[in-house]
Amino acid sequence: MIVANRKTLEEILTMLKPYKKILLLGCNECVTVCATGGEREVGVLASEIKLSRAKEGQEIEVREQTLERQCDHEYIDQVRPFVGDYEAILSIACGAGIQYVAEKYRNKVVLPGVNTTFLGVTLEQGVWSERCQGCGECVLHLTGGVCPIARCAKSLLNGPCGGSSNGKCEVDKELECAWQLIVDRLKELNQMDKYEEIIPIKDWTTSRDGGPRKRIREDLRL
Amino acid sequence: MKTKSNIERILESGQLVVTSECGPPRGADAEVIKKKGKLLQGVVDAVNVTDNQTSVVRMSSLSACLILKEMGFDPILQMVCRDRNRIAIQSDILGAAALGINNILCLTGDHQKFGDHPKAKNVFDMDSIQMIHTVKTMRDEGKFLGGEEIKGKPILFIGAAENPFADPFEIRAARLGKKAKAGVQFLQTQCIYNMARFEKWMEMVRDRGLHERVGILAGVTPFKSVGMARYMKNSVPGMDVPDEMIERLKGVAKEKQSEEGIRICVETIQKLKQIPGVRGIHIMAIEWEEKVREIAEAAGLLPRPELA
Amino acid sequence: MRLSYPTNVKIVKVPCTGRVDILLILKAFESGVDGVYLAGCLEGECHFLRGNLRAKKRVQYVKTLLDEVGLGAGRVEIYNMSSAQGQRFSEVAREMTEKIRALGPSPAKKKVRA
Ligand code: SF4
Ligand code: SF4
Repeated sequence: MIVANRKTLEEILTMLKPYKKILLLGCNECVTVCATGGEREVGVLASEIKLSRAKEGQEIEVREQTLERQCDHEYIDQVRPFVGDYEAILSIACGAGIQYVAEKYRNKVVLPGVNTTFLGVTLEQGVWSERCQGCGECVLHLTGGVCPIARCAKSLLNGPCGGSSNGKCEVDKELECAWQLIVDRLKELNQMDKYEEIIPIKDWTTSRDGGPRKRIREDLRL
Repeated sequence: MKTKSNIERILESGQLVVTSECGPPRGADAEVIKKKGKLLQGVVDAVNVTDNQTSVVRMSSLSACLILKEMGFDPILQMVCRDRNRIAIQSDILGAAALGINNILCLTGDHQKFGDHPKAKNVFDMDSIQMIHTVKTMRDEGKFLGGEEIKGKPILFIGAAENPFADPFEIRAARLGKKAKAGVQFLQTQCIYNMARFEKWMEMVRDRGLHERVGILAGVTPFKSVGMARYMKNSVPGMDVPDEMIERLKGVAKEKQSEEGIRICVETIQKLKQIPGVRGIHIMAIEWEEKVREIAEAAGLLPRPELA
Repeated sequence: MRLSYPTNVKIVKVPCTGRVDILLILKAFESGVDGVYLAGCLEGECHFLRGNLRAKKRVQYVKTLLDEVGLGAGRVEIYNMSSAQGQRFSEVAREMTEKIRALGPSPAKKKVRA
């Protein structure tokens, strides 16, 4: 899923300063699962905003709405009937959702209520961890199913740097060294011979470095 | 392809190579380099010039290399993957060769988190093994990574570093194997304090026959004090300082600790010289260049061979 | 046993403190209350096993929200008592009332009304 963190209330209030009527948009997908931008968080944030304004003696109208998805226009369209009643939209979906809303309502100010951070998994209730960087050319088959691009602090493709120590990364003693994980897994799989092969210098055109990416499935197009 | 590298020539003659390093200053003052250089004259065969070591901004390695070159040294250009993409790396390789630099040391580089600009974006377009391969392709095939032909090949002797004390230990020799396959010719190790582990690593290296393909220079760093030893043990990633070494330093009076540190270093070199496959010594006296001569002298590494 | 407790305390009955959602507490503050406290069963004696423990965590979380908003964490509390402890119930009601009185009216309420 896409994992995001809520911006601080202070940042959000600063962005909202000029507005008295806002539409607060959540999303039912990833940001719901990572407890950042779902219906509950929409409710909590709306409440925080109203309370803060009330404290300052100012009123603010916050309409709460959580869309099935903010990355699909048919759901974004659902707010069209009343979006005109609001001065600004505060979205707490991922960066993609926020932008898509902005794209669909061109004359509305759309503000980000979250910082979108990574593609990851739920390690346990309340703990999420990065797994993939969307590099566009997956090498997991070569690295025991552990991603060296996203999980090694230096995105090394041919083995651990000299800072790997007791399974931890040199960057942070709390962080697992991706290459320790890769080697452990290759051993478990009896695939250590894979480690001997040099992985050639990566073609980054498939990644963000090649410019923003687009995917087209011609057969699905209408 | 023969280069003009002193390291290559001395390795070939079968003698022990001695190298040391020189960290460029945090400023534009060439005198600092010259001063450090003077301390190493006649003591080493080649001198490493670090590349923004520990991610702290310093004078560029290439510039400092040139200053040392003009003093008669054979500098080793250190280059890390952290700050350059393949365009900049290849460009600097050409530049170094054009300036008469004979050696390059291909390194991953410390993460920027440790330095003075932790907010920087890192590059890591390639890793150190791929960098070795890049230099080799440019030199031996006369081609850029993009496939185009190079007019005027960069004739560089290719080096790398390896840390026998990092984990996972069992693949450390395999990693050197990959470097050898990529084309590395000499290797400098991380500072050696844990002799048992180093010997174990060398055994794995010899089992793979890597000591015959790569000139291995064993790294040493003298302790200035017990405080420094403790710092290295606890705060430098991938550093293995056994407790008995700290005990030994603790056992002598404070003002004698640096002397003891030098003594440990000399003893270490003597042991290293006996290990089959060790072809040279790399003395890294961090901000203590004035001691390199004393150490080399005491360890019987002087005088250095005369090269035509 | 007829014990009195301060009249400013409005009781909202729930089947279990585990039913009390973060939003429920925030809504109470939005509607203008000065403080909220939960009276839950004794720890280890929840009829639904962990309801009161969940409530405790939620109260902790609401405290951080109230601090962030600037109302102050002290405006929300959880107390544990058994249904047989009428005496304790009225004590707690008084204690909380005093505590909130010391904090003064909710800044959110005061300004909206003004
Ligand atoms: S290799 Fe690329 S696509 Fe595969 S998990 Fe890593 S970042 Fe994602
Ligand atoms: S310690 Fe491991 S994860 Fe961290 S940068 Fe080095 S190889 Fe990558």
